Parts: sequence; C-alpha cells; structure tokens
Amino acid sequence: MIRRATRFLDERAGAAPFLRKALRYVFPDHWSFLLGEIALYSFVVLVLTGIYLTLFFEPSLKDTVYHGSYEPLQGQKMSEAYRSVVDISFKVNAGLLIRQTHHWAADVFVVAIVLHLLRVFFTGAFRKPRDYSVVMSVPIVGASLAVLVWGAGYPGIPSFEGRMYIAHVFLLPIAIAVLLSLHLLLVVARHHTQFPGPKRTERRVVGLPMVPGYVPRTLGLALAVAAVLVLLGGLVQINPIWQWGPYSVANGTNGAQPDWYLGWLIGALRLMPGFDVTIGDYTLVPNPFWGGVLFPMLVFAFLFAWPTIERRRTDDRDVHNLLDHPSDMSWRTAVGASVFSFVAVVFLAGSMDRIAVSVGVPYTWQIWIFRAGLLVVPPLVFVVTRRICSELSERKWSEVEPSMARE
Amino acid sequence: MRRLGRWAIAGAVLLVGRGQRRRQLPPPEPVVDAWEPAPRAELLVAGLLLLAAALAVAFIVIYAGGADTQLLGLALGLCFGTLAVASIVTAFRLTPPEEAEEPYPERFHSTEVAEVEQIASESGRPLTRRRLLGLTAGSAGLALGVALLAPVASLGPVFDTNQLRREPWRRGVRLVDSEGRVLRADDIELDTLHTAFPEGANPEILASPIVVVRVEPARLDLPVGRRNWAPGGIVAYSKVCTHAGCAVALYRAPHFEPSRPRPALVCPCHYSTFDPATGGTVLFGPAGRPLPQLPLAVGPKGELIALGGFSGAVGPSWSGVRE
Ligand code: FES
Repeated sequence: MIRRATRFLDERAGAAPFLRKALRYVFPDHWSFLLGEIALYSFVVLVLTGIYLTLFFEPSLKDTVYHGSYEPLQGQKMSEAYRSVVDISFKVNAGLLIRQTHHWAADVFVVAIVLHLLRVFFTGAFRKPRDYSVVMSVPIVGASLAVLVWGAGYPGIPSFEGRMYIAHVFLLPIAIAVLLSLHLLLVVARHHTQFPGPKRTERRVVGLPMVPGYVPRTLGLALAVAAVLVLLGGLVQINPIWQWGPYSVANGTNGAQPDWYLGWLIGALRLMPGFDVTIGDYTLVPNPFWGGVLFPMLVFAFLFAWPTIERRRTDDRDVHNLLDHPSDMSWRTAVGASVFSFVAVVFLAGSMDRIAVSVGVPYTWQIWIFRAGLLVVPPLVFVVTRRICSELSERKWSEVEPSMARE
Repeated sequence: MRRLGRWAIAGAVLLVGRGQRRRQLPPPEPVVDAWEPAPRAELLVAGLLLLAAALAVAFIVIYAGGADTQLLGLALGLCFGTLAVASIVTAFRLTPPEEAEEPYPERFHSTEVAEVEQIASESGRPLTRRRLLGLTAGSAGLALGVALLAPVASLGPVFDTNQLRREPWRRGVRLVDSEGRVLRADDIELDTLHTAFPEGANPEILASPIVVVRVEPARLDLPVGRRNWAPGGIVAYSKVCTHAGCAVALYRAPHFEPSRPRPALVCPCHYSTFDPATGGTVLFGPAGRPLPQLPLAVGPKGELIALGGFSGAVGPSWSGVRE
C-alpha cells in the first residue's frame, strides 16, 4: 500500500528521494524551540478563522440603522461595518466563537513571535548561516503588527473602510504567509541549530527524526494550541465591541483603550514631551511621530542591524550551528536585556492611567518617574545582567574544569 | 461445483505463493530504533480518539440547536484537546525516543559556485558594450516599474483631506447638542462639560464637535483679541485633540479646591491637558499646540451662537497644519 503510493508519487514527481530524506529529517530538542512552532500554529488558526469572518464582514461606512436581536443597540445609527460585526456576534451561528478565537489567536501569535525572537537573539541563533532567516523575521513582525493595528481599529473608524480592509484581510496576510514560508525554507535548508552537548557538534546535528518521533509531538502541540485558542474563544470574552457602541468623532471614550500589544506605542506617545517641530506656520514633525513612528522604527532597526553589529564587534565570520548559552555571551545578553528593559518600561508607561487609578500614584508624577526610569533602568539592567552572566558562566566552567577556575 | 472449489484452491495457493516469494528477500537494515510495544497505551489512544469523535458530533448538535457560544467552544476546544493528548501519548509511548544524527549541510558547494561564475562570464563574453547595456536595461526596468505602479494612483488619496478642511462653523450658526436641541446659555453650568455641534451640519465632520464649558469670568485670561469670545464665561473649543486627534472627552473640575490647580480639559488618549480659561493652552501632556477656540455669543433668545470660525486649524498637527 505505502510502497504503491510512494511509487505513484515517485513516477509522477520524482518525490521518493526527497521523501526518504524528509522522513528522517532531524529536529534537535529543546523547549524553547517550541515557541516558533506555537507562533506558526496560531497563525494557521488566525488565517482559518479570518477567512470565515471575511464571508460575513462588510467593510462599508454607509449609515444603517440596527434592527437586530441585541436590545441595547436597537434603532441606533451605525455603519454597515459595525452592524456586520454585531451580527457576526449575535446572529451568525458560531460567529462569536470564531470571532473571539480569531482575536485570541492574534494575541497568542504576537506573544509567541516576540518570545521566539528573544530566544533567537539570546542564544545567538541569528549568526551565519541563519542571519537572513532572522533578518526576514523583522518584516514578518512588522507586517503582523500592521495587520493588528488595522484590525484593532475596526470596526467603524473611518480608516477601516474598503481599501484598508483589503490590506488587513488580503495584502498583509499574504505577505506574512510568503515571508513565513521563506523563513521556514531557509531554516530547513541550513537545518536547525542545537545546544552543544555530547555528539552535538558544529558538523553533526542530533535529535528526533521527523518519523516516527517528531510528527506526533508537533501534531500534539498544534492541536493543543488549537484547543487553547478555541476554549479561550468560547469561554473568555474579548473585544466586546457591542458594549462600546458605534464610533463617532465626538465620542472619544469608545474603544480608547487599545489592545495590549500596542501598549509600547501608547506608552511612547504618552511619555514624549509635548512639542511639534515647526518652521513658521508649517508643522514639520508632528509630536505623535516620535512615539508612534520613530520609536518602533528604532526598535525594528535594532533587531535588523544586530547580526551586523555583532559581526563587526567580534569580527566573527564563521558558520555557527551550535547555540550559545546566554550566560556565556555576557555582552550580547546584557545589551539585549537592556534594550528589552527600555521597551518594557515604555510598555508599562502605556498603563500609567491604570496605575494611577489602581495604585493611586498621580499621573503627573508617574510621567516623571517613568521618564527617569527610561534613563536609569536600561544601564542598570546592562550592568546587572553582565555581572550575573559572568558569575554564572564562571561557576559553570569551574564545575567542568576546577583546575582552570583556580588558576 | 467441485470444479469451482478446485479453482478457488488453486487461486488461493497462487496468491499465497506470490506473497511468500516477496518475503524471501533479505530483511533490510533497520532504520528506526526498536521500541517495546505498549498495548495499553494503544487502547488509551483509541479511547481518546473515540472521545474526540463524540465531542465533534456534540459540536455539530450544539451548532444545529441554537449554537450557544460557550458550549460550542467547550465541545470544539475539548475535541482538539483530546486529540492533542492522543498525539502526545502516541509520541511518548508508541514511538522510540531516537537520537538520530545527520551532518549539517556543507558550508557552500565550491564546484557549483565556481561553475556558476564560469557560465555567467562565458555567456557575457561576446558583449562589448556592457556598461551601456546595463544602464539602458536599468532605465527600462525602472520606467516599466513606475508605469506598472502608476495605476495605483487612481485609488486616490487614502484619507479624504477635504474633510479636514471643511468648516461647518460660520457666524450665526447655533449650537445644538447631540440630539439636535438648541443649546442656551443658561444650560451651561459651572464644572460640567457639554458637547455641541453646529446646527444643520454633519456631526461627523472633524471640525463639527466642540466642547462648551463655563469658567468663572474672574478667572478668564484669554489672549488679546478674544476678549468678547466668552459671554458670561462660556468658552468653546474644538473637541478634537491637537495631539493625535482623539476626542477631548474629560473635564477635570476641582470639587475639592486645594488638590488640583484649576479646571482643565483632558484628552483620554495620552492625557494632554488644556486650560479653558486661557484660550486652550497646553498645561500638560504631549500636545504641541493649544486647542482651537470658537468665538461665542448669546443670541436674542438666549441661545448660543458662533461668532465665526475657529482660532486655529482643527485636528492633529499633520505636516503643514498649523494655526
Ligand atoms: S490624542 Fe489627545 S493626547 Fe494624544
């Protein structure tokens, strides 16, 4: 049976040699390697649920009056777009489940992709020959954020009409899918990295082969991701836009709380001192540019440039298949941690108003506390991380080779 | 009948024989590690698969009968969950924990790299005007690229910038609330925030919504030239924040005097704070310029009317937009 199927494929597509290799493709094992897979599987859920939703969503700003089953909105004027989302939530069978699963998948996708990025950074997986699979991930993250921003705004705000909607459901997802496949292709072409260990060297990769061991494991992970997302989508409410009411220019509080993953941008916008760069009556740079555009661009530029920066500094042009333990690379780990802490402080600053309400520290003080934090925390994190790293790696080496440490 | 029986036996023997001849090949070297069977785990997996099938059926039943979101989510989520457990049991009990080895791919294929270079240079050998050809090909490619992108221009501007410029406030336009009722000067009390719109205009135009508050006349300190813009201390400002265009929806009115300096208009997005008593100047926050003020007057029947347009450009300061 299997012989016949394989022969069928081989005669038509010459696929047998490829299949033979693929079946025993080796996957090195470490829990942190699962992060990328989780991102991939939530992307699949995101796309599938998204396709279903596009069948019901109407990207139109034409006015309409609601006559549906949801009482509080009865008779209200709203856009077609908003009405269609309320209908997906209340009228379409299973619509709310799919919609909420879609939203949760987006959230999990962002978290997983960011953690994956951190993993790759701190273990040095971005070095040659994988520098380009990493460089590629930066536009992936960028495009994902763009989709989310357009999705988060919806429905009903003027920018989310027809053409923007096409970007959200069509252009950007296709771009992400293409980049993602390229990324995976590049990874497979150069094989996965591994942590050093017995038999694990720069020349030989050791791990679980695709069949029989790896397939059921990763299938289990994919199904578990789907299970968690669907359970969240069914049981935990997210983005209940029917409670916020349709958007109008005069009603600021509608959905003014953006999704959490935009917290770092909100934080940057709020921390920025208030000034516009002007020449006479002409506004050259409006204030939101600094926090909303320049800041995220700098973060992405850092990720983009890091492989080059490190190569310049260490003058290391070798091919690396073995990963670093973060503690052995104290400089890289310290720089990464310090940049990350900067972004984290800005992110926290995005919730200054919540802190003011729940802890009672006045907002005006917090602005200054956080601004000071931005100057103090990153250098502090740099120094502390560096210390911890060198201590850890010293201890490790002294265990391996006590005589070396004593010298 | 007996003949038929003989045929059947002969056929069976032939079939069996065919199979046996295959089996006589020497067994190949094993590729997959040996691993002890686990019949109980197999039973568990089978049970889980059955349970998943049942949950999937339950999903269909719930879907057909009313489709309660929580139940749907539970059924489908648990179905995926049991399948996940089945996969993981399979992975850990029914497959060997192999440590396979493979060489990493070569750093690069030196022969092929050299050959590619050779093919390229040999193909280009008859060319005498390489620079010229390269330049012309480049310009043709560039021009074609621009030409192919040009049709995108028919999409027109993504944002309707005319909307920003439309100015619904003119001398004599009355102020109405969101229900369309005319606002009278007596309606405006101290320490409350009113949202108003120009009568008869589209309330969704950016320049339409304004905030109206009453400030104690003694406190007023408007810029020169705006002396008569605030009848009885009533002032009006555009409701669109000059920072990034959110609605200035909060009014911080001190009911307990010492704790807060003075009443202020606050934008909930990034907390730009504007002083209504001094012409909308920025007290705090990231906004770069004051809120545009709308001159007010009281009409013959006590209703509020605009005296003209705003003191500056409405909306966020995108490039070029300035007072
Ligand atoms: S939009 Fe009002 S403070 Fe940013």
